[in-house]
Amino acid sequence: MADPRSSADPAIAVSDLRMRYGDKDVLVGVDFTVATGSVTALLGPNGAGKTTTVEILEGFRARSGGEASVLGVDPARGDEHWRARMGIVLQEWRDNGKWRVRELLAHFADYYRPYTEPWGADELLELVGLTEQAGQRLQTLSGGQRRRLDVAAGIVGRPALLFLDEPTTGFDPQARREFHDLIHRLTDLEGTTILLTTHDLAEAEKLAERILILAGGRIIADGSPDALARAAATTAEVKWMQDGVLQVHATEDATAFTRKLLATDDGAVTDLEIHRASLEEAYLTLVEQFEAGETDSAVDKFQEVTR
Amino acid sequence: MNPTANAYRAGWRRALIETRLYLSTPSDVLGIVFPLGVMVTVLLFLRGVDVEEAPVSLGSMSMPSLIGMMIVWGGTFGVLGTMVMDRTNGTMLRAKAIPGGMNGYLVGKLGSVSIVTAFNVVVLLIVGLLFFDGLDFTSPGRWLLFLAVLVLGMAATIPLGAILGALLDNPNNMALVMLPFMGLVAVSGIFYPITALPDWLQVIGQVFPTYWTGLGMRHALLPDGAVAVEVGGSWRTLTMFIVLAAWAAASIAFAPKLLSRMARRESGSTMAARREKVQQNWG
Repeated sequence: MADPRSSADPAIAVSDLRMRYGDKDVLVGVDFTVATGSVTALLGPNGAGKTTTVEILEGFRARSGGEASVLGVDPARGDEHWRARMGIVLQEWRDNGKWRVRELLAHFADYYRPYTEPWGADELLELVGLTEQAGQRLQTLSGGQRRRLDVAAGIVGRPALLFLDEPTTGFDPQARREFHDLIHRLTDLEGTTILLTTHDLAEAEKLAERILILAGGRIIADGSPDALARAAATTAEVKWMQDGVLQVHATEDATAFTRKLLATDDGAVTDLEIHRASLEEAYLTLVEQFEAGETDSAVDKFQEVTR
Repeated sequence: MNPTANAYRAGWRRALIETRLYLSTPSDVLGIVFPLGVMVTVLLFLRGVDVEEAPVSLGSMSMPSLIGMMIVWGGTFGVLGTMVMDRTNGTMLRAKAIPGGMNGYLVGKLGSVSIVTAFNVVVLLIVGLLFFDGLDFTSPGRWLLFLAVLVLGMAATIPLGAILGALLDNPNNMALVMLPFMGLVAVSGIFYPITALPDWLQVIGQVFPTYWTGLGMRHALLPDGAVAVEVGGSWRTLTMFIVLAAWAAASIAFAPKLLSRMARRESGSTMAARREKVQQNWG
């Protein structure tokens, strides 16, 4: 089936997305778009509403309000043709444990045949590095192998859009690095759009071209890892010793301030330190406050820093 | 290529693969062989016990009843048990994430449970014919009746299992279905003629399929003289077919609606919540 949409259309467009469970608002107006062919990370503390957002976009959950368009279709009304164009990798999947790896992928591929030419099982196993495990039962795979199989199952139908929900939770550093390599290989594949959720800033910076930070039920920061880092780093703390007293000054232009300081101190300034705030610190503070239940002040403070 | 037809074809392949996986997983096979083995062993000891008015022993009379019960048990619990597991471990959610996957999943599930149930029933039949005197399986009329009861019994109970599987959200509630079923077996004339029970229990027993599949199998396998023990001294062939057909029609009518409701509600977070409940219970 030819895709009537041009590649300039966003793969995902969300405006004023709202979700309410009982009397608890989880999403209070989420806005963002994801460009076709990009890798975007939806970053946020645990419980910020990332999974809810992604489940709405996957068509697994009905939203309470707002607009959403995924591959040009309202996810609440997506049909099987629409379903065939996306891949989904969930946080934790232990399905079909008795099946053998190759057998399962070949079986899943069959479902996509009316829509596209799916990956061959052997090709796909090579791509995700599971060729040696082809004949193994799923329940005997390690956590990292299992997740790579989940990715293989997610892309078997050559999706235009791939959702990865917290893909490396519970991984050891080695498995995490292997998995990141796999994601990089995927991004080289014919412009697949990827939306991944994570609560790990380092992971988002490593994998994504663009980071959306979700907290307090809305997007509080949006930009490339570099842009967000620069925004967070505009404020710097300058510390020095003068006449035996520690002096501290916060400034947006540390260079000008320091130049002036040193020009007028008559050599009295010692132990000069300039400490630039980092995105990591800003994010960690956000997560800490969020987990302490201070959602509103956490969001305010983060936005102040990254403005 | 027609997507729906393709999904059903894939589902049928799934049924064959699942059947093979079932038959090659020792724990699965033991799960059914062990309880049946215990029951058959008990019946072997009952071969010396006579039933008043009947031409065969209590053991031989109960063997066809056990085959009838196996249809209901294998059909209903075969579907229910695996569906509850599949909702907890994500197999069903995976099916939902694939185009046509849910249709394929259900075709695969119903297909594999049908094959496995039929397989178990045939094994029981062979055991019965080998070890129990007085069973008569020599005329085409009996073969046909056996087949008809098997097919209609599965048509009544497999969709019923799917309905229960769609309704049962918490795997810890399996016992809520298991215990009443065991109670029903006790009043369905499986291990003793139903006529020995008080009237009101006989009425309850005769509402549900287990009694009728047991009756149909006794009709197919016991000598004609054994009918004397049955209600009204008759095999009630027409009534049996009507009751089983009514159960089949009702469950086939309700199953699709409940299954699509279940499918609609399935998501990663509902699955995670379900898993948490299980862990709370066992942890």
